[in-house]
Amino acid sequence: MADRRTSLAPSPTTGEDQDGSSLEVSERERMRSLLPAVEPDRTLDDWGRSERMERVFDATLVEFLYRYWFRAEVEGIENVPAEGGALLVSNHSGALPPDAAMIGKAIRDEHPLPRPLYMTVEHFFKGYPGFSMLIPKIGGVAAHPANVHRLLFDEHELVLVFPEGRKGTEKLVKDRYRVQRFGRGGFVEAAMRGQAMLQPVCVVGAEEAAPVFAQSKLLQRATGLLYFPITPTFPWLGPLGMLGYLPAKFRIRFLEPIDTTKMGANPAEDKGLVQSVAQEVRARIQESLHEMVAKRKSVWLG
Amino acid sequence: MSSASTSANGGPEVRHARRVLITGLSSYWGGRLAKALEAFAEIEAIVGVDSRNPTTELERTEFVKVSNQHSLIQRIVSAARIDTVIDTRLVVDSIVASRREAHENNVIGTMNVLAACSGSSSPVRKFLFKSSAHVYGCEQDDPAFFTEPMSRSHRPTTAIERDVVEAEASVIDFAAKQPNVDVTVLRCANVLGPDVETSFSRMFSLPMVPMVLGFDPRCQFVHEDDVVHALEHAAIHRVPGVFNLAADGVLALSETIGLLGKRSAPLLPPWGTGMIAGPLRSLGLRIPDEMLNQLRFGRGLDNRRYKASGFEYGYTSRETVTALAEHLRLHPILRGIQQNYTYEGEVERFLRRSRLTRPPEQDAEDQSAAEREPFGI
Repeated sequence: MADRRTSLAPSPTTGEDQDGSSLEVSERERMRSLLPAVEPDRTLDDWGRSERMERVFDATLVEFLYRYWFRAEVEGIENVPAEGGALLVSNHSGALPPDAAMIGKAIRDEHPLPRPLYMTVEHFFKGYPGFSMLIPKIGGVAAHPANVHRLLFDEHELVLVFPEGRKGTEKLVKDRYRVQRFGRGGFVEAAMRGQAMLQPVCVVGAEEAAPVFAQSKLLQRATGLLYFPITPTFPWLGPLGMLGYLPAKFRIRFLEPIDTTKMGANPAEDKGLVQSVAQEVRARIQESLHEMVAKRKSVWLG
Repeated sequence: MSSASTSANGGPEVRHARRVLITGLSSYWGGRLAKALEAFAEIEAIVGVDSRNPTTELERTEFVKVSNQHSLIQRIVSAARIDTVIDTRLVVDSIVASRREAHENNVIGTMNVLAACSGSSSPVRKFLFKSSAHVYGCEQDDPAFFTEPMSRSHRPTTAIERDVVEAEASVIDFAAKQPNVDVTVLRCANVLGPDVETSFSRMFSLPMVPMVLGFDPRCQFVHEDDVVHALEHAAIHRVPGVFNLAADGVLALSETIGLLGKRSAPLLPPWGTGMIAGPLRSLGLRIPDEMLNQLRFGRGLDNRRYKASGFEYGYTSRETVTALAEHLRLHPILRGIQQNYTYEGEVERFLRRSRLTRPPEQDAEDQSAAEREPFGI
């Protein structure tokens, strides 16, 4: 893979000020050391993440869903790197998707060296009252390439992306476990620039937990929401109906990570390489999903 | 840049500023900076220009009252062989000046000051420009931390932001056309401190701090002392380029209000905030247009580049806020104590020029000119 380098035009400015390779390693370390120190008196980090709020959520709603409602089972947790930046890539589904919270919980509970997981969310949430307040506090970060870069490259954190984006959450229940197009491979570029691991993740169960029967264009426009799904409980039970998950059995599988640092000097510039890595990740997730769905005997009991 | 400038001048480059011109001497920043630079023995001359009288008591700074006329500033610059021009005039807050004054000062004024420093015969080798993080704007789809090469994602919508963008663009243009001048641009985050008055400090001194319902924006501040030290740092060292100036740490607005020991009042509606801002303004709660988006989306800056140039911040964002909280607590008690200074041109001239104020030869070391008692004579 490494020798398939082409010389394309200089990268479009995506916001990052250096793309790593142009800097000396020592310089990179120096910039890292200039990151603001953690102030012990604070309860929020610089992304607006609140430890306290997260703990409350974790001990109540997330714990209940993970343990008793979805009875989540995890495979391959040892594949999640214990240190360094890693970009987790997962399939996405459901009206108000529970998958991100469950992946975060799996790492927190099952991993020998748990770390916080930053979940990328649409910019939309930053502009919608209520969501705008809550989402950063529980680990959501706007899906801006510069944000992902800083988290991976400078802060060495775990970041979760859903490359399907809205195509995944808008998907109806009849299309379940059909992984949609993976954007334009931006997530691969982000991992390459951030010199991070690419970690594919498969989630089975989320599709049935929050099945979407239809999308209402009219009501979407009326409410200003991103989309307006019709689920067994939403909109019939009001906004809380978004949380009316069916008790499907969850299985989360962490696949073998892909090391993007071993792909040559400046792999993000190689569009062909980016696309082929993106396709490979998508194929691996799809294949693994098929296998997991084939193996399960019941949607509800697993 | 550096190789071009050495060949153009034929001599070594100026690193340490020796003869300084400060624009906007009568503004808060000009006065503070002049006072700070007076302490540096290597700086042999400080000249301040402004259209109003100075508001700070200064010891050896020479004040010249001049409006934004580039020909006059140019004459001062070449006559006094100024090597460093520090432009602190920029109005970044619409509570300081009316829209028209701000435009006149920010766009036309910057143009004039730059014109006064250009030309092949100009002695200026260093130009420092105090800019603002308003150049980045504040929108929903912004990154969480702006780095210097990023540009704003949307066109500026408020008058102040338009001015700041335009002023900074003319400075960048000047830097490209004058390769022998080291241009440093400092983009300051929201400044807080006991002395400076900004929209944010005004809002924080209210008994209840208004918030937009359903939003808790990320706020980053920088202490007024750090801004002065940052300008000093650029005057003394050679740090050409554009830099963000913001303290470590990004706070949530609710966290900030908690540190101040205040209560938040989420009384601004999330929709139609701009419409209600008008009536609120007439009730005495002035929320400038350029602040509305900040109360919603917040803004964070990556401050590492200036730190990499050797600058050290004295305060984090959190410490800046706690310092302000301390001040707000003591302010009602200390208010009457400090006296205001009024500039008297004749007195200042006498103190600087008269032979009587010069110390006699024998005890010249331990007595400064200002401490002598010429008033009794």
